[in-house]
Amino acid sequence: MHISFEHVSYTYQPNSPFEHKALNDMTFSIESGSFVAVIGHTGSGKSTLIQHLNGLLQPTEGKIHLGDYTIEAGVKNKHLRELRENVGVVFQYPEHQLFEETVAKDIAFGPQNFGVPQEEIERRTKAAVKATKLPEDLLDRSPFDLSGGQMRRVAISGVLAMDPKVLVLDEPTAGLDPSGQKEVMDMFYDLHHEKGLTTILVTHSMEDALAYADYILIMNHGELYKEGTPLDIFRQKEDLEQVQLDVPEVIAFLSKAEKEYGINLEYKGQTIAELAKELARKVRGGSDHE
Amino acid sequence: MGERQVEFRHVSFKYQEDMPWVLKDVSFTIGPDEWVAIIGHNGSGKSTIAKLMNGLLFPQEGEIIVDGMKVTPETVWEVRKQVGMVFQNPDNQFVGTTVRDDVAFGMENHGMPRELMVERIKESLEAVRMEAYERHEPHRLSGGQKQRIAIASVLAVSPEFIILDEATAMLDPKGRKEIMKTVSDVQQERDLSLVTITHDLQEVTLASRVIVMNGGEVWMEGTPRDVFSRKEQLTEIGLDTPFVSKMADHLKEEGLSLSREPLNHQELLEDLCTSRLNM
Repeated sequence: MHISFEHVSYTYQPNSPFEHKALNDMTFSIESGSFVAVIGHTGSGKSTLIQHLNGLLQPTEGKIHLGDYTIEAGVKNKHLRELRENVGVVFQYPEHQLFEETVAKDIAFGPQNFGVPQEEIERRTKAAVKATKLPEDLLDRSPFDLSGGQMRRVAISGVLAMDPKVLVLDEPTAGLDPSGQKEVMDMFYDLHHEKGLTTILVTHSMEDALAYADYILIMNHGELYKEGTPLDIFRQKEDLEQVQLDVPEVIAFLSKAEKEYGINLEYKGQTIAELAKELARKVRGGSDHE
Repeated sequence: MGERQVEFRHVSFKYQEDMPWVLKDVSFTIGPDEWVAIIGHNGSGKSTIAKLMNGLLFPQEGEIIVDGMKVTPETVWEVRKQVGMVFQNPDNQFVGTTVRDDVAFGMENHGMPRELMVERIKESLEAVRMEAYERHEPHRLSGGQKQRIAIASVLAVSPEFIILDEATAMLDPKGRKEIMKTVSDVQQERDLSLVTITHDLQEVTLASRVIVMNGGEVWMEGTPRDVFSRKEQLTEIGLDTPFVSKMADHLKEEGLSLSREPLNHQELLEDLCTSRLNM
């Protein structure tokens, strides 16, 4: 689903002493089928931005196009239901929103609300737990008896069971251990490709933005600070530091190697092994001239 | 009072009678002024160790000795004066309506006189560089600031040991840096031992010693350099190694010789340049 923002602004509690402009004149577009990372320090407007994607918030100025749907400032949105069927949002710590008696009921809750027939719900539930790698025998258990990691997978399965075309992920790996983080990200990456989804990932991890995204939006003070491919974006170390963002470790390392040790190596997405090979060659090559 | 240390003697623990052991015959000692990092994947028993250390739980077998005192329901208040704890979720550890009240709370529980409390509030907020926030409401602070207040609250009781149980896991990168800076400053300025339970490999490299837990047992113990040089053993239990460690390994495969297991970019690059000169 193609998504575009045209001069979108959002003000919390307008005309009150608490008035706060969280988004300011945002214009960008996201190609259908792309994997976009939204980065920016805490308070830069990332969460406000993604709440616009399924109509939880309506812009106070500007227009948003999501496929054939339009959300426009000041115009009542009649197609909110359809929009929400198509845009699945995995919020931060989604396991806090589990409430049903069994895992199966929790996963079925969303599609049931949208009138999906029972048979179809069962099919989707099976597919969702398979995608999130939850054993099927957990379906009859209470979600509250599961481990934290499993509870998160149940919550994610509930979003997948809606069969969305757009998947919005708000820091989906927060609080998981490193192997859990990698599993969850790999899972979303696989789903993205298998189902041809448009995926929007809000993250604090520059490593994840580099590893999974094909496009990056950087937010700062409610505005779009920069956009581009990961390689483009992360080459601009100083500009990122300006808005209190780091670069992925591999790029920080190469930049230090260049600045302080005169070892010049451009990052083009190499693996650590490939970089080691090039580094070794440089170090050896360097000695020939000395 | 015995010597200043925490000692686990053959400790085994399970949450319920019919459940498997979470810790199995765990023994180690944490001495004065040490910074010990405990790592291991989820379910390896890391957090259980923290809870046993300040008497939130008691072991079925073995004993835990804090400053010569065995941790029991009777000694638990005395133990908690010596062992302070900061938890993962910054939002779950506030009771006061102002930062000041919050820092005072722990001291009130220990029945400290008012004059001493006033002095300690000032000192501990200064230690975490939050003195300007004394009258602020805790819930309006950022995650990193909240955790710094939590650390100040613990410092105010003046413990000899502070446990940080994944205290940076829910913070953004800026908050993490704030906390790690605060923690290393405090550890240098004050006479205390630190135990950090963490998944963050960067944090581990700052510690003086690492305990690796696996399946409820102590799997490995050593300096960060030692531990990260035993990569096969770490990979075997599904733990990752830092970027520089991996890079160093690949460089060795390429035939370069490095003098040590690097802990940061600087060390690796220094070694690389030395090997360039030696060629």
